[in-house]
This record gives sequence, C-alpha cells and structure tokens, in this order.
Amino acid sequence: MSAAAPADGRDERLAPTSTLRKLLARPELGSVVGAVAVFVFFSIAAPTFLQASSLSTILYSASTIGIMAAPVALLMIGGEFDLSAGVMVTTSALVSSMFSYQMTANVWVGVGVSLLVTLAIGFFNGFMLTRTKLPSFIITLGTFLMLTGLNLGFTKLITGTVSTKTIADMEGFPSARALFASQWTIGSVTLKVTVLWWFAIVAVATWILLRTRAGNWIFAVGGGADAARATGVPVVKTRIGLYMGVALCAWISGQHILFSFDVVQSGEGVGNEFLYIIAAVIGGCLMTGGYGSAIGSAVGAFIFGMTSNGIVYAQWNPDWFKFFLGAMLLLATLLNAWVRKRAEATK
Amino acid sequence: MGAVLAAVLGASLAGCSSTGGKRAEERAKAAQAGRPAVSTPRWTFAMITHAGDGDTFWDIVQKGAKEAAAKDNINFVYAHDDQAQQQAQFVQNAIDQKVDGIVVSLAKPEALKDVLAKAVKAGIPVITVNSGSAQSAAYGALTHIGQDEVVAGEAVGTELNERGRKKAVCVLHEQGNVGHEQRCAGAKKTFSGTMENLYVEGTNMPSVQAAIQAQLQADPSVDAIVTLGAPFAPTAVKAKEAAGSKAEVDTFDLNASVARDLKSGALGFAVDQQPYLQGYEAIDLLWLYRYNANVLGGGRPVLTGPQIVTADEAGKLEEYIKRGSR
Repeated sequence: MSAAAPADGRDERLAPTSTLRKLLARPELGSVVGAVAVFVFFSIAAPTFLQASSLSTILYSASTIGIMAAPVALLMIGGEFDLSAGVMVTTSALVSSMFSYQMTANVWVGVGVSLLVTLAIGFFNGFMLTRTKLPSFIITLGTFLMLTGLNLGFTKLITGTVSTKTIADMEGFPSARALFASQWTIGSVTLKVTVLWWFAIVAVATWILLRTRAGNWIFAVGGGADAARATGVPVVKTRIGLYMGVALCAWISGQHILFSFDVVQSGEGVGNEFLYIIAAVIGGCLMTGGYGSAIGSAVGAFIFGMTSNGIVYAQWNPDWFKFFLGAMLLLATLLNAWVRKRAEATK
Repeated sequence: MGAVLAAVLGASLAGCSSTGGKRAEERAKAAQAGRPAVSTPRWTFAMITHAGDGDTFWDIVQKGAKEAAAKDNINFVYAHDDQAQQQAQFVQNAIDQKVDGIVVSLAKPEALKDVLAKAVKAGIPVITVNSGSAQSAAYGALTHIGQDEVVAGEAVGTELNERGRKKAVCVLHEQGNVGHEQRCAGAKKTFSGTMENLYVEGTNMPSVQAAIQAQLQADPSVDAIVTLGAPFAPTAVKAKEAAGSKAEVDTFDLNASVARDLKSGALGFAVDQQPYLQGYEAIDLLWLYRYNANVLGGGRPVLTGPQIVTADEAGKLEEYIKRGSR
C-alpha cells in the first residue's frame, strides 16, 4: 500500500507514519516477542526462575554477552563478521594483568596499556580487511587463531604457568574493581556494574545508529559498499571504526573478567564469539548486513541469559544443555523472522 | 497355531545369548540399584564441576555421586562447564535455588572465590572435590576430597625409575589445566632421567596421535610416554606402533581399554585417583554433615589417590570398570 501524497505538495516519503506502524517496522520487534515467549516458558517450567535473586543472576549473565553483542551487531549491520571477538576479551584481560604484574606498576597502567593493545588488534582486523579485500570471515579467523596461540604462548612464557598471577594486592586494584566489577546488594538482589555498562553501551550504539551521520554510513556500507563509496561514504574509515568498536567493548569485558576473578586463565574465551553473533542475529541483524539494531542485540543477549540459566533452574539433565540451547535459539530466531514478515506485510 | 507359536518362541529362545549383552547389564543394575537406606528428609545437593562435554572421568565421578544420592535420599543436581565464568554462574544458580549442599571442583579457584563466599554466607555447606586442595579450607569448604596432583606425579616418576626408564614424554591434553602441569612437574621432580612436556589438542584424537608419533619419530631414544587421561593411552599405543618405537606407555586414570591393555602388557601401569570415590564421598559427607554435623579430614584434604595399578590388579578391576564405577 502506498502512502497518499500529503495535501501540501511535499514528497510523499516524508509523510508521517503512525506510531504503531513505526513500531511494527522495527528490526527488534520479533526478538521482543521471542523474549516474552521464552520468559513465559521458563516461568512455568522452572519454579525458582521468577525469584528476584534468579532474575538478577540472569540479568548479569545477559550483560556479559550483551556488552559484546551490541558492537558485534553494529559490525554485522556494516556487513562484516568478527570471529576474534571471544578470545580478544581474554587477550585484553591477560595484557592488563601481566603488564601490571611484571612492571610492578599501578593496576591502572596495565588497564591503559591493555586498552591500547586491544584497540590495535581491532585496527589490525579492520585495516587487513580493507587492504586485502579478503572476506572478514577469513581475516578474523586468522586473528582468532593467532590470538588463541598468543594468549597461551605469552602467558606460559611470562608467568611459567597457564594462568596469570594475582594482582589483587596491588595499588589501584580496588578502584579499578569498583569501575569494572563492583556490585550492589539490595536484599536478595545483586546488581552488577556490568548491567549498567551494558545499558550504556546499547544506548550509545543506538544513538550512533539512528541519530548520527556515522550510523547512516554503517547502514550504507552494509547495504552495498560500492554504492556507498560512490555516494561519498568513507567506507574504509567506517569499517575500521566498527572493528575498533568491537575491540573497545572487548576491553571492557576483559577488564570485568580480570577484576571480578583477579586471575585469568589463558585458554578461555574460545567459542564465545558465536554467542555474540547469535545474540545479534536473534535481535534482528541479517547475516548479509544492512539491517538490524543495537536494542535487538540486547534483547537477544537477554534471551540467551534466560535460556542458559533457565535450563539450570528447571533442573534438566545437563547432557542435553547444548541441545536445548540450540533449539531455543533456533525457535527464537524463527519466530523473529515470522514476526518480521507479518510486520512487513501490513505496511 | 499353538505349534507355530511354540516354534517361534523356541527359535527365539535358541537365539538368546546366556552371557553378556543388555540383559546381563540390566541384571547387574537391578542388583545394585540404589534405594534410600535412610529416613532423612529429601535434601537437594548440587554438584558443579569444570568438566568439558562428554568427559569419561567426570562421568564416573557423577556416577559415584548419583549412587550415594540414591542411598541417602538426596535430590541430586549436576552442572558443568569448562569456562570459569560459566562455572561461577552455575554456583550462583545453585545458591538462587537454595540447595542444601554444594559440591564443587576448584580447577580455577580464584574465579569461584566470591561466589563460594556467598554460598557460605547463605549457610550452604560446601565440599570441594578433585582440584583446589590448597584453597578449599580458605574458601570456607568443609572438606576437600581428591588427589594431590604433585604427589601423584611424584609416584609416576618413582615408578618410572623402578622400571629403569631414561627418557620420558609427558603428554598434556588440555592447555590451561593447572592440575596437568602439576602432574608433569611432580613426575619430573622424582624421575632421574629426562622428561619433556608435549602439548596436544585433547578434543581432536587424530591430531593427538599425529603429535605423539611425530615426537617419537623426532627422538627415537624416548622410552616412556605418560598420558594424563585414560582415553589417550590407547592412542599413544597406536602412535608408538606406527612410529616403530619401543617406548612403554603409562597413563593416569582408568577405563575399560586401559584395563585390557594393562592385562595384555601393552601398557606399563596406570595411576588411579578413584573418581567414583570423589563423587560418592562428597555427597555422603554432605549428608553426614546435614544429618549429624560430622566433618571428615580434620581440616586436611581427604586423598583418594594415587593408586598404582599394574597388570596384576587390572584383572580384578575389570568388571568394576565395565560397569562404569572405576
């Protein structure tokens, strides 16, 4: 159905659309329906699911995925992948911890160095992609493998073991912990600071996407790089910026892991990159780029948090854990696609 | 009609095996099926380990825990993840569910420190198993049940000396596992010959075999290979044969094929830490604590190993291994 041209002779594309129709056209609508479905399901299946303390656990679990899912969603809207995002989190934590320890420096020095190193890795991903013209899947797969090896190799070389030494007794640790890993307990509810980080990151990502020129560039580059370049969009800058955004959030996640556990295992983080991608896809990002939202990625992360913890609260046999997780995610994504189709049909 | 039926029945009976198979397994199961032997209330105990998916060793730990739970009228909940963050999350889930006891493996102790403090604060008794003996008491656990990895490694070194070995390779199948590093370090300490570490990718058996084979081809003077998990021992034997090496293969932990190879002489010896006991005792001790406020160990770890198993003992253990409890 086409909107009739308004009477005052303006372009019909500028005609106001009703709020309901605007809502139906949002990419995250399907995931919200999915989230409600999963929530209702586990409320019935797991007796302890609805407790305030359980819900705060779920929120924390979702935030650890969601902090990374937002920049990954932006990257996917820009039409690219990052398979190194999972181990990059571990790398950032390792650099921070080992630099502080070996240099006997204030912990904040390590945190700063780690930020520079992680951003450099993000820049490397973007730079290689724009220079070589190879698919991002290949470039970041290479980075993923290299980082996995570096994490183990360097940690072993420097500390002689496979995990870092404790930095809890060093200067600056308490203040860094307050920023990255503090928590407030109100009654039986524990609110972790990562939840605030998560909301802030999603808000900033949404603002960039919908209210800035950079957001338009991201959509344009994901929709078609050549067309975007022809209309004057800085494609190279946009792509490198997106990868550095992922790196920035990987740094935040990494510091959280370091300051909440104070010792980092060098072999971890492998496989988490897929969780971020899954959260983004459930949230309405298309695998082909050019479509999606940051709020959707947050809803996707929340679905993941509900599912992975709900299975435990329901006391199901853990042998089937991965199966249920996969089935849930598939169903949520299918529902999402179906809702989107319905929404588009009513336009 | 009756004749036909009789013929069919007779034929099918004649086709039955009187030994082994599913029926023998079911009979054995029925004989040892756990029924509550106590009249205490039905408490819920959660067990959270750092096991990966499909791990034989942890399967036996779980079996021990389950059988103790059946005997003690316990609702037994199990969860596992090899990532520290997720393991901590599972402990938090157990606290949320207000369980009556927690069993946890401390392979990555610092990651679980805070969440275990929460459990203790919530008044939930905690027992640590398998790894983390050094931190167990400090984190407020009642007891630690397991094997001291360094001590177990030292036993291997001593045994290799007795067998007159000169050059050994220690095969680590999980990069990042502190317990594995301790085993090899312990063995190195007491072994009078030289010992090298070889890191392999435990989740990919063909690559494990290739790596061991390459190591043996590169250095033909190696006369002992020590694997850190039962599933890797037969692989090491295959690699040794393919490389044409004369090295003796020894291993940590047991399974059916290790018992068979010990009996046939393809393996030298195995070091058992009795995983069944770790699961069984953990649940039983939690029950004892709940029922009678008993605590075992006097503040020290309760050791379940090392036990050196050679060809002589392997035969006796075989039937227990077959039923999955050794």
